[in-house]
Amino acid sequence: MKTFDYSRADSPEAAVQGGAVGNTRFIAGGTNLLDLMKLQIETPERIVDISRLDLNEVEEGEDGGLRIGAMVPNADLAANPLVTARYPVLSRALLAGASGQLRNKASTGGNFLQRTRCYYFYDTAVPCNKREPGSGCPAKDGFNRIHAILGTSDDCIASHPSDMAVAMRALDAVLVTLKPDGDRRRISIHDLYRLPGDTPQIETVLEAGELITHVELPPPPVGKQSYRKVRDRASYAFALVSVAAIVAVDDGRITNASLAFGGIGPMPWREDAVEKALIGQVPGDAAFNAAADILLADAKGFGSNDFKIPLARRTLIAVLRELTGDAA
Amino acid sequence: MSDTYTLTMDDPIETSLLDTSAQGLIGKGLDRVDGPKKVSGQATYSAEYSFENGCYGFLVRAPFAVGRITKIDTQAAKALPGVIDVVTDFDRFIRNSAQGAVKSAPVQGVRDVAYFGEPVAIVVAEGYEQARDAASLVRIEHEAGSGNFDFAEAIADADIPPDGAAPATHDQGDLDKAMGDADATVDEVWTTPSQNSAAMEPHASVALWNDDGLTLYGSYQMPSFDRPSLADALGLETEQVRIITPYIGGGFGSKLGIAPESVAAAIASKQIGRPVKTVMTRQQVFDATVRRSNTRQRVRLAAGKDGKLTGIGHETHCSNLPDEVFFEPAGIATHFLYGGEHRRITHAIARLNRVLSGSMRAPGEAAGMLALECAMDELAERLGIDPVELRKINDCKRDPEKDIPYSSRSFTECLDEGAKRFGWDKRNRTPGKMREGEWLIGHGMSGSARGNQLQPSEARVVLRPDGSAIVETDMTDIGTGTYTILSQIAGELLGLPIDRVDVRLGDNRFPPGSGSGGSFGAGSSGSSVYLACEDIRRKLATAMDCEPSDLTLKDGEAIAANRRVSLSDIMSGEIEATGRIEPGDQGDEVRQAGHGAHFCAVRVNAVTGEVRIDRWTAVFAAGRILNEKTATSQCLGGVVFGIGAALTEELVHDPRNGKVVNRDLAEYHVPVHADVPHVDIRFLPERDTHANPLHAKGIGELGIAGAGAAVANAIANATGARVRDYPLTLDKLLDSLPPV
Repeated sequence: MKTFDYSRADSPEAAVQGGAVGNTRFIAGGTNLLDLMKLQIETPERIVDISRLDLNEVEEGEDGGLRIGAMVPNADLAANPLVTARYPVLSRALLAGASGQLRNKASTGGNFLQRTRCYYFYDTAVPCNKREPGSGCPAKDGFNRIHAILGTSDDCIASHPSDMAVAMRALDAVLVTLKPDGDRRRISIHDLYRLPGDTPQIETVLEAGELITHVELPPPPVGKQSYRKVRDRASYAFALVSVAAIVAVDDGRITNASLAFGGIGPMPWREDAVEKALIGQVPGDAAFNAAADILLADAKGFGSNDFKIPLARRTLIAVLRELTGDAA
Repeated sequence: MSDTYTLTMDDPIETSLLDTSAQGLIGKGLDRVDGPKKVSGQATYSAEYSFENGCYGFLVRAPFAVGRITKIDTQAAKALPGVIDVVTDFDRFIRNSAQGAVKSAPVQGVRDVAYFGEPVAIVVAEGYEQARDAASLVRIEHEAGSGNFDFAEAIADADIPPDGAAPATHDQGDLDKAMGDADATVDEVWTTPSQNSAAMEPHASVALWNDDGLTLYGSYQMPSFDRPSLADALGLETEQVRIITPYIGGGFGSKLGIAPESVAAAIASKQIGRPVKTVMTRQQVFDATVRRSNTRQRVRLAAGKDGKLTGIGHETHCSNLPDEVFFEPAGIATHFLYGGEHRRITHAIARLNRVLSGSMRAPGEAAGMLALECAMDELAERLGIDPVELRKINDCKRDPEKDIPYSSRSFTECLDEGAKRFGWDKRNRTPGKMREGEWLIGHGMSGSARGNQLQPSEARVVLRPDGSAIVETDMTDIGTGTYTILSQIAGELLGLPIDRVDVRLGDNRFPPGSGSGGSFGAGSSGSSVYLACEDIRRKLATAMDCEPSDLTLKDGEAIAANRRVSLSDIMSGEIEATGRIEPGDQGDEVRQAGHGAHFCAVRVNAVTGEVRIDRWTAVFAAGRILNEKTATSQCLGGVVFGIGAALTEELVHDPRNGKVVNRDLAEYHVPVHADVPHVDIRFLPERDTHANPLHAKGIGELGIAGAGAAVANAIANATGARVRDYPLTLDKLLDSLPPV
């Protein structure tokens, strides 16, 4: 680990002031950042501790939505009665992630910004365009079982590891941030992440020193909710494929569909066309397969992750069957 | 000092004192005597020893696979605050860990790098993170060499090693002809991946020197071997090295021999004149200690309609570094588990530039029975014979190769008891046809066997007039329960409550013990304590003026011929005795092994291929069970290892450079609690008079033997398809699942 300066922020305003200076990272739960610092994948010169900021509330919004403080621990958010009652997909996604100990420490804001688990990203003895831009990508022709099949580029095929963010994407979450110049902005989760392209080291649209202070959820969408995670062991493993789904059926037809996917893309994945293909359809294998066809039209495997293409299809279909129940 | 009372196991010991003694400690499921210390943080592990003026060492790895180092630039590293030195020693640094039970140094010299991540230097600094940071700044220049990274290619040039724990080659009769003549055959190839023990405690050494030589607080399983091995590596006399290792946080074979951090810490400590603590990171443990070899195994079975085997073939390949003679003895159980006149069991090593392969829990059986026990299942299916019945049909009265009797063998009894406890008669009989909602249900079983060994082992026991005793041996407790069973044996034979026995382990100042490995620790070190206590009992009998056989010791009192006295009344001072056990003719005149059977029920998700294990029954017979609780824990741990081998564990090597790809516990998947169901473990009563005076056989590795195969057989039963490439991750099952 590199030596670094440490300071604790007593207000969001102070945090962003400190965060704007050069090579600085915010630390909340530290469940990912500390690991990366020990391995010297992240080498910040300064750490601003935001873990004690007063951002721990989960409040009901006037519109019937939720406003979640960025420091709310994953475990608390998963157990929050408003979340379990109205956004069960979010609660289930949170509980599908990590372990009890990690969920106690990990923050809501930090969860969005987890770095990839790509094996090559994690080893400083080998090239990685995300870690060292321009050095190359050994994953493409190497072992890539956990890597993405959608949204990849020549420079990077890493997948995003979060479960929570997948549910957040299905729920159209909005991130509220504070910038060093004092401006607040609202960033739709749909705009938060960037595809790797030729700059895989830039993962989000957040600017230097910009701090996530809250996450807002719109009122609960109509329909049944589910989060299904497929992984290599029963707990404490990252998703190979996950599906966050909210689907409503009325009068024998699908009237609402919101579908986000984990484990298959460099960001929590969502594609409007998949949902459009379902809306108005009679639930059933024809409609479900058509949706999977659209989702996976551009899917590309790299060898050891080829199985994710059929796995994503099978999982999506099973989730749609589950949510459309007797109607299917 | 006292004379050493030595027993060489040339003949069976028909009567064990453990059957006539009175204290009542043996066999009971007593709690670990070291348990309270461990859960309260008072058991001191290697990395926790700190000394005045101590500093930290961090290993520097070669960031390439094969080549000759031309320059190591340490300037930037040395310029960092807190850095004391960057120490290199191209001649004496060890290339890799030593194998188990070896008294010489492993391959030394690191100028010519043989695998990616080989430790080639050590940074010493005032702080651990300073040392780690500096290590990242050491620049290593090299001339690239050519290496072998492809197992399939290297198999073509594989070499036949000298015999190891098992004969490298056994040919008997004409297997090809038996295959041709058989009513039913199996001829299939299984592959198993590299694995890492992933012990909770990483390898760690604290080295300090004084006028007498080197003291090393190091996490090592076999101090009486590791001592001369380390001395040899450093150019010292054995007596100049002392290893201290009272507590070890799991070993599973990975700490049998000295690992690179020990020699590096010792050299650095000598050079800078300060104690040096070097703890390997989890990534370094994966990169640069020892793996279980990957294997390719062809199993051939030939049988008549009646299920009787006529031929059995097990031809295996593993991989290892150049110059290493260790081979994964995957055919080790095949030699003796089943009959069959025509036999061919072979082992060959493909030379690969990957981190060392060596012993990991049940070397041989663990990997080999993943193939053999699935082959038996396939044969049962082809013959239309119940898999339990097929194994019983092929149970043997005598070793099929050596034509010698078994020391004790309750294989059929384990199969029957297991089948009964599990409810095997209610199993799914039609593969792929039992379904509950999204889940396919399957049942599977396997036989289990692990060879029993005895190693020379010595212990000193001191009985005090106040009715307490001290046991000393450099035997280790790697989490298995050695402290507890040695306390039980001494307490039992000296007639003392268990809390009156103080067992001291893991220090070369004590008599040389067997060390922990190969499941021989309890039998070997336990026998040495038994013998020392037997000697003390003789002396007490003299004091009581009776024959030793007429002496009863209980609760600190001696009883003979209607006389009952406190020990203090007949002891004028301490009585000390040293016991020593030696293997003898019994190792050759009988075949010694523990046996068992595994049964499990699994669910395979018909959509995703995810596997969940619902329940497990395992029955074992391993001679006398010394402590039912620690023995159960050993077998339970073995089953968990088997579940990992079947479903999740694979140490992945990059095909381009052999590098370990998944170097942390997030991506090297050992089973978690949620992967392990309730495991019902039972022991059958058995005594083995040929094994040792305790009549006990080893139990540390029996639980893993065959366990993974039971899972694989259950998966095949659930899905109707055989996958022979371990681990059986869901991607390999997708093709055999019904369409969604």
